[in-house]
Amino acid sequence: MAEALFFPALIAYGQAALAFFGNTRHPGRLGALGTWGVRLGWTSQSALLVLQAVRAQRFPWDTWAGALNLFVWLVVSAYLIWGCKARYRVLGLLVMPPAAALLLVAWAGGGTTGRGRSRYSDLFLALHVGLVLAAFAAFTLAAGLSVLYLWQERRLKRREAGILSLRVPSLVALDRLVGRTIAIGLPTLTVGIAVGVARVVREGSGVDALMLATLVTWCLYTVFLALRFGRGWRGRRAALLALTGFVSVILVHLALPLTHVS
Amino acid sequence: MTVVLTGISHHRAPLALRELVAVPPEGARELAQRLAADGEAVCLSTCNRTELYLAHDDAALAEARAVRALAQLAGLSEAELTSFCYRLHDHAAALHLFRVSAGLDSMVPGEAEILGQVRTAYEVGAAGRVLARLFGQALRSGKRVRSQTAIGENPASVSSVAAALVEQVFDDLRGSRVLLIGAGKAGQLTARSLAARGATIGLVASRKVERARSLARRFGGEGVALADIEEVLGAVDVVVSATSSPGILLSKDQVERVLDARKGRPLFLIDIAVPRDLDPAIHELDGCYLYNIDDLRSVVEASLASRRREAVKGEALVAEEAERFRAWHASLEVVPAIASLRARGEEIRRGELAKAQGRLGELSDSERRAVESVTAQIVNKLLHLPTVRMKEAAAAADGPLYVDTVRDLFGLGDDGSPRRIER
Repeated sequence: MAEALFFPALIAYGQAALAFFGNTRHPGRLGALGTWGVRLGWTSQSALLVLQAVRAQRFPWDTWAGALNLFVWLVVSAYLIWGCKARYRVLGLLVMPPAAALLLVAWAGGGTTGRGRSRYSDLFLALHVGLVLAAFAAFTLAAGLSVLYLWQERRLKRREAGILSLRVPSLVALDRLVGRTIAIGLPTLTVGIAVGVARVVREGSGVDALMLATLVTWCLYTVFLALRFGRGWRGRRAALLALTGFVSVILVHLALPLTHVS
Repeated sequence: MTVVLTGISHHRAPLALRELVAVPPEGARELAQRLAADGEAVCLSTCNRTELYLAHDDAALAEARAVRALAQLAGLSEAELTSFCYRLHDHAAALHLFRVSAGLDSMVPGEAEILGQVRTAYEVGAAGRVLARLFGQALRSGKRVRSQTAIGENPASVSSVAAALVEQVFDDLRGSRVLLIGAGKAGQLTARSLAARGATIGLVASRKVERARSLARRFGGEGVALADIEEVLGAVDVVVSATSSPGILLSKDQVERVLDARKGRPLFLIDIAVPRDLDPAIHELDGCYLYNIDDLRSVVEASLASRRREAVKGEALVAEEAERFRAWHASLEVVPAIASLRARGEEIRRGELAKAQGRLGELSDSERRAVESVTAQIVNKLLHLPTVRMKEAAAAADGPLYVDTVRDLFGLGDDGSPRRIER
C-alpha cells in the first residue's frame, strides 16, 4: 500500500520537475502541468504520511530517512502556499528536482515504510523533530528564493535582451519573501531547539556535534534577521547571507544519519 | 453567397491615403448599411487599414460597390485606387480577417487593440448569416491565438518595455515614486507608461524650475531644479531621464551618497537621452539598475522576435479556423438541394401512403403510427447517405457537381423545389 502511494508521489514530483524545466523554454501549458504534478504528488505523499502514522501508531519519522520523507513533504507544502502562482513557477525548478531526489533517497533508506523505533516519546519527537524540520523546510525555501533573486538580479545587471521572455517574481517580492520565510522559520526552530535542550537538561545527556551545528544554524539566521530588520540589509547581501545559513542546514542534514537518530 | 473583401492597409497604402479612407464607428455603420442594400456588409477601419467585407450573391457587383465606396472616401478615381487596393474572396477573405483579428497582420505582431476594433466593426455593421458567422469566428480565432500562443505577452515599445523592466524590480508599481528629469515628450511617454501601471510621478526636474512645476502639476507631483536632484533621490524608486543636456546630469558618486539613506531599497534608472544624462557607472552600484535607450531597444527587439516566433504558431491556428469557415460556407451551397431532396422523399412517401389507404383498410391509431414510422424510416435511411456525401463533397469543393447530380437523379427543380416527374 505504501508503495502504491510513494511511487505516484515520486513520479508526480519528477513530472513536475520536468514540466517546470520545459516551462522555461516554452512558457505556458507546461507550467500549469508542473503545478498539477506538484499538487498530485503532494496529495499522494500526504496520504503516504497518514498511512505511515496510522500503521505505526506512533511518530514514524524518527529515522534519518523518515525525517527526510517528512522534510520533503514540508518543503513542498510550503512551496504550494504560493508557488502555484504563474510568476513563481520558475521557483518550482529549484524546489521540485531536489524534492524528487530526496524522496527517492528517503525511500531507499526505508523512510517511507513507517516503522519508527526511537526510544523517545511521541510528543517529544513531534515537537522537536517536527518543528526543526518545519524550520529547515522554511530555510530551504528561503534558499531557493535567494537563488532566484541572485539569478534575476544577474539578468538585470547583464541587461539580458530576453529578460522579459520568462515570468519571474520581482526582486522586491523575492527579497520580501526571503525575509518573511526566515522570520517564520527562526521562531519555529527556536521552539524546536528549546524542546531538545529541555530533554538534554532533564536527562543530563551530553551535547553532540549535530546539536552544535543546529545552534550555529540558529545563530546565522538570527544574525540574518538582526541585520535585515536592524541594519536594513536587503537585496544581494541578504540573499547571500540566507544562502550561507542554508549551507549550515545542509550540514545538519548530512550529519543527521551519522550522529543523531538511528 | 460570396464573401468579398476590398481593403486598403499599411502593406500597400501610404499613411496619407489611409487617413483619407479612415472611417469612425458612426461612419462605418452608415457605410455598412448603404453597402448592404441587398446583402450583408461590415466596415472595419483602424489606423492601419480600412476594409469592407460584403456577402452578396453577385461577387462582381459587391466588389464594384466596395471599390467605389473606397474611392469616394479617398477622393480618387477607381482606377487610381486600384494599385493600393486588395480584393479577396471567400476562403482567402476569411483567412485575412482571422489574421487581422489575431494581430498577425499588424505592424507589431500580436497587438491587442485590433480584437476590440474587429468587435466594434461587427457590432455596428450590417451582418447577416454569413458575415455574422465570419466575424464571430474571427473573434474566436483572435482569442484563441492570444490564449494558445505567447504572441501578446511581451511588450513591444520602448516605453512599455521600460515599464515592464521596472516591474522586474518592484513587484507592484502602486506606491512607487518616479522622478522625471526633463520635460520632453519621450520622457513623458515613459513616465505615463509607468503611471498607467500604478506608479506616481512624484517629482519633475527641469533646467527651468517653472517648467518643471508646470509639468509636475499635470502629474500631480512637485517640480524641482536640476541642481536639487541628489537631494530628492532618496525619496524615489524610479528615475526617468530624457533631457537634451550635452553632459552627465547625475554621477555615480551622487547616487552612491544617497544609497545608505535608501536602506537597501532598489533604484531603477531609465536614461533615454542622447547624449546620456546618467553616468553609466551607476549600474555598477549595488541595488541600482540603469538602462539606456540602446538597452531598451535590444529588449524591444527580443520581444518582437519572440512575438514573430509565436506568430508562426498563430498562423497555423488561423489557417485551421479559416478551413472550418470554408467548410461551413461551402455547406451552404448544398443546403437547398438537401432540403428539396428531403421534401421530394416526403412527398413520395405521403403520396404512396395515400394510394395504399384503400388496400390497407381500416387501421387503428397504433397501426397507422407504425406504418407512418416505418415509411418515414425507409425514406430517412435512403436519403441519409446522399445527404452526408453531399455535405462532404461541399467541404471538398465538389459540392456543385454533387448538387447537379442529385437534382438530375431525383428530378429536383433548379430552384430547389421538387420537379414534377412525368410518368
